[in-house]
Amino acid sequence: MTADVDPILELRGIEKFFEGRQVLRNINLRVPRGETLVIIGGSGCGKSTLLRTIIGEYAPDAGHVYIGGEDACCASPERLDRIRRRFGILFQSGALYSSMTVGENVALPLREHTDLDEKIVRMIVKMKLELVGLRDFEDLMPAQISGGMRKRVGLARAIALDPEIVFYDEPSAGLDPIATSVIDQLIIDLRGKLGATSLVVTHDMQSALRIADRIAMLYGGEFIAVGPPAEFSSPTDPRVRQFVEGLADGPIPLRVSKTDYVTDLLGEEPV
Amino acid sequence: MSAAAWTRLLERVGSQGEGFLAYMGGLGYLGWDALKFTVLGLVVRPRIKADETFFQMVRLGVRAIPIIVLVQTFVGMILAFQLAPVLADYGQLDKVATVVAIAMFRELGPLISAIVLTGFAGAAIAAELGTMVVGEEIAALRTSGIHPVRFLVVPRVIAAVLMTVALTVVADIVGTAGGGIVDRFILLRDSWEYYHTVVQSLLVKDVLTGLIKSGVFGFLLVLISCYEGLGVAGGAGGVGRATTRSVVLSIFLIIAADCAFTAAFYFLW
Repeated sequence: MTADVDPILELRGIEKFFEGRQVLRNINLRVPRGETLVIIGGSGCGKSTLLRTIIGEYAPDAGHVYIGGEDACCASPERLDRIRRRFGILFQSGALYSSMTVGENVALPLREHTDLDEKIVRMIVKMKLELVGLRDFEDLMPAQISGGMRKRVGLARAIALDPEIVFYDEPSAGLDPIATSVIDQLIIDLRGKLGATSLVVTHDMQSALRIADRIAMLYGGEFIAVGPPAEFSSPTDPRVRQFVEGLADGPIPLRVSKTDYVTDLLGEEPV
Repeated sequence: MSAAAWTRLLERVGSQGEGFLAYMGGLGYLGWDALKFTVLGLVVRPRIKADETFFQMVRLGVRAIPIIVLVQTFVGMILAFQLAPVLADYGQLDKVATVVAIAMFRELGPLISAIVLTGFAGAAIAAELGTMVVGEEIAALRTSGIHPVRFLVVPRVIAAVLMTVALTVVADIVGTAGGGIVDRFILLRDSWEYYHTVVQSLLVKDVLTGLIKSGVFGFLLVLISCYEGLGVAGGAGGVGRATTRSVVLSIFLIIAADCAFTAAFYFLW
């Protein structure tokens, strides 16, 4: 897939600092329409920060996020709201509104952002829930269904307005392998059925290889490898290989402490 | 005290003061947003969520009626008990009705209703919104282009302000009646006379200043609870802290506002 035609999402020179610590460095990315891009990386590599910057939860300290050609970073709140209607987000926990039923959760974006007749809203809700296989659960409360189901409802809600781009934050976190496959299959199906662009943030290598058109690996706040899944099955970069093969030993350290272990245990002066 | 100690003290006072100002600024922004969305919701789409507002009115206000009735009856009775010996010394026992009514309508009705509602509704709002923050529900709302202030805060603000005023009316009447119970059964005086004295001594001004104050108290308590709830960080512990802070700060600011209003009414009206 070529990255030069009409990108639905484009990141240019994104930098982000938290309390003086640089979390994202010079992130550049173009995602063409219809592509499924998976961002992988270990814990604390900046994946979530990057996703939250793209969806406008955090403002980048430098750089721009273009969604469908519109600069989301410098947009007024009203304009940002309009841009946000073009995308859907599946949060890690599903983030269902706990005071509303499953059906009301899916219906909310339709009721808030469209003038559709109530009958049509109900119909769309049933269609979206059928897509995720949960049509019979419309009247249950989020607390009454399992974590995996909540995620699927979250997905139905994310696609309620037929978004041009869907963001997934760790879609397989906390799910068993079967539920993970179900979500993966949904992501693949959505691309086929809706032609939606997907951006998936995950640390699950298996699911990344299953769904991705392109994979980008984030390490230390920057992309160290971007390419089709084939490139990730036999990586040359030792850091990528360590992550893909899940090895304990390698250039990516498990420990993130900055102080010396012995000094930390025994105090300032080692005995 | 050494110069360094003075500097530290000044720094402390300065940073506390700065924190307070920042807090009041944040509260002001939220209040402005809530008012803006309320006015917008009255004239243009998207409309104020009427069913949600009604639901909140029942939840925050109607369910608080029993506790308000109980508390105010006791407060009215206490007031009559406390006043009776003093007034009896001056041979003015018939003035129990006057003092209870004026104290109730001008001061205790609005203040005690607001304080009871702070514990009843304010804490619930802060905990509810805080839990929604922790569950990423607020982030989900915002990123789907639904403004949390319009969607969550406005119905609660309208409900809380209306219900604080409505409950104050109930509290005023019940509290005065509480004084009447003592007047009738302990002081053994005539209830009709109590009633007539109450009606004669109350001025429109007494009732109105009380209701204006209660509207302001309601606005303060709901705004603080929403602000604390939406500002939760750090999981379940954060929700607990926000709930406590919202109650403590609401009570403090309500009493401070009460003092300011009462002083203003004293000089101006």
